[in-house]
Amino acid sequence: MKVPTPATLVAICLLMIAGLLVAGCTTTEQAPETTTLTVFTAASLTGAFTDIGKAYEAQNENVKVDFVFDGSQTLRTQIEQGANADIFVSASTKHMKALQDGGFMENSTVTPFLGNSLALIVPVENQAGIAGVADLNKPGVKLVIGTKDVPFGDYTRQMLDKMAADPAYGQAYKDAVMKNVVSEETAVSSVVPKLALGEADAAIVYKSDVSKDDLTKVTRFDIPAEYNVVATYPLGILAESASKTEAASFIAFVRGPDGSAILTEYGFDPISG
Amino acid sequence: MLWRAVLTLLTAALLALFLLFITLPVASLFLRISPEEFLSSLTEPVVLDALSLSFVTATVSTVIVVLFGTPLALVNARRDYRGRELVDTLTDLPIVLPPAVAGLALLMAFGRRGVVGQYLDLFGIQIGFTTLAVVMAQVFVASPFYIRQARASFEAVDSLYEDAARTLGASPGTVALRITIPLAQAGLVSGAILSFARALGEFGATIMFAGNFQGRTQTMPLAIYTTMQGDMNAAISLSIILVVISFAVISAVKIVTRRKY
Repeated sequence: MKVPTPATLVAICLLMIAGLLVAGCTTTEQAPETTTLTVFTAASLTGAFTDIGKAYEAQNENVKVDFVFDGSQTLRTQIEQGANADIFVSASTKHMKALQDGGFMENSTVTPFLGNSLALIVPVENQAGIAGVADLNKPGVKLVIGTKDVPFGDYTRQMLDKMAADPAYGQAYKDAVMKNVVSEETAVSSVVPKLALGEADAAIVYKSDVSKDDLTKVTRFDIPAEYNVVATYPLGILAESASKTEAASFIAFVRGPDGSAILTEYGFDPISG
Repeated sequence: MLWRAVLTLLTAALLALFLLFITLPVASLFLRISPEEFLSSLTEPVVLDALSLSFVTATVSTVIVVLFGTPLALVNARRDYRGRELVDTLTDLPIVLPPAVAGLALLMAFGRRGVVGQYLDLFGIQIGFTTLAVVMAQVFVASPFYIRQARASFEAVDSLYEDAARTLGASPGTVALRITIPLAQAGLVSGAILSFARALGEFGATIMFAGNFQGRTQTMPLAIYTTMQGDMNAAISLSIILVVISFAVISAVKIVTRRKY
């Protein structure tokens, strides 16, 4: 092969730089009139909001809704580190409050819109023979919960605290349950698959996490109301959003009849506003 | 002359830009935490547990990889048999497999209802959520780094020496232990170091197959992911430790391989 002349090399370098510039330009280019909304959404809403997004796009051709689903605490960290989003949907008021205090939210738009509660799930085979939360302290039960920072893990700890305060269970019950924990998951979406595979014996998740399809693989037990924690989900528009009008109309859709119907179908309790 | 100057300038600009792209994020880790905060988070149980668990598991998995990988690499370097390329491809596979695939594959094989796991379960053996699962995930993803390097090092050994030993009456085992392995030593050591580093950094397969529990399955990368959501200082401190180790590992490999000839 011939050694390329310096002139050729310069040409190649220039082409590479030109390529970079072109690539840079095309990504910012948008078809006219199309707005993309980026919605940071708590992992527990994955199914429901995917459906809501599709329904909304079908009615609004000029808006594209992109979701990022993860644990609320992860999304909060990403927003604090400067991630670009238009709407934040949190599974706990705690993480929303932190963002409001930090000036990241358009505070007047932040409202609670959804209620959810905890449930106990076990694989249909139920190898550990669990019939309710009272069995979770049995030795050898492999229990999966959330980390202390992810909302469903936080609520689980609150629930166990309530049970520990009740003489019928007591502190020993809570300690025994925590000893049975084999894994602390960072997002609720990874828990149900582990149960469906029979990898663990039991998990505490949201009532809404079990879809109709999942019910062939896992059994759901209610947690008595006196111990259960009702989670309130707030949502709101980010202070730095460039599409606040579109974001507001998407939120109106979520809270309207279409959005509420989908959320109810998934086991949530919409809060009318 | 002008062309040359322009070329030099352009090359320098591209090089500088790229170096900046790599060093800036790494340097930012060090800039986002004060030395006091770094030292104080080193005493947090979540950090200490992750450190010791990572070192123990990565060491154990490297030992396993070396024990099983060395004979395999030696056979593939010296013997020509039917299916050798297939064996080679299979042992290389984990390098290109996304860790998520590795994690799912391990779960399907060794999970409680897995292809193998369901029989282990009959004997009361459950691998998921244990430290053993962490080691298995690490061996799975890290083994190719050692085996590839070992095979290349064995191939680089001149078979003249082995032939000479054999004509003097040395058994195949003696030839391997006294001639081939000592001559390939530098490559074997650098392969083992790389494999150790890969095991230390393993994340995806571990969190899927072994779960996330402090002191039992929460290695450094898992602890970084978990603490990032509540205790950023702990996450940054662990990241800094991993950066320092990675730098040391690459330097060690460079030093070891330079000594070779």
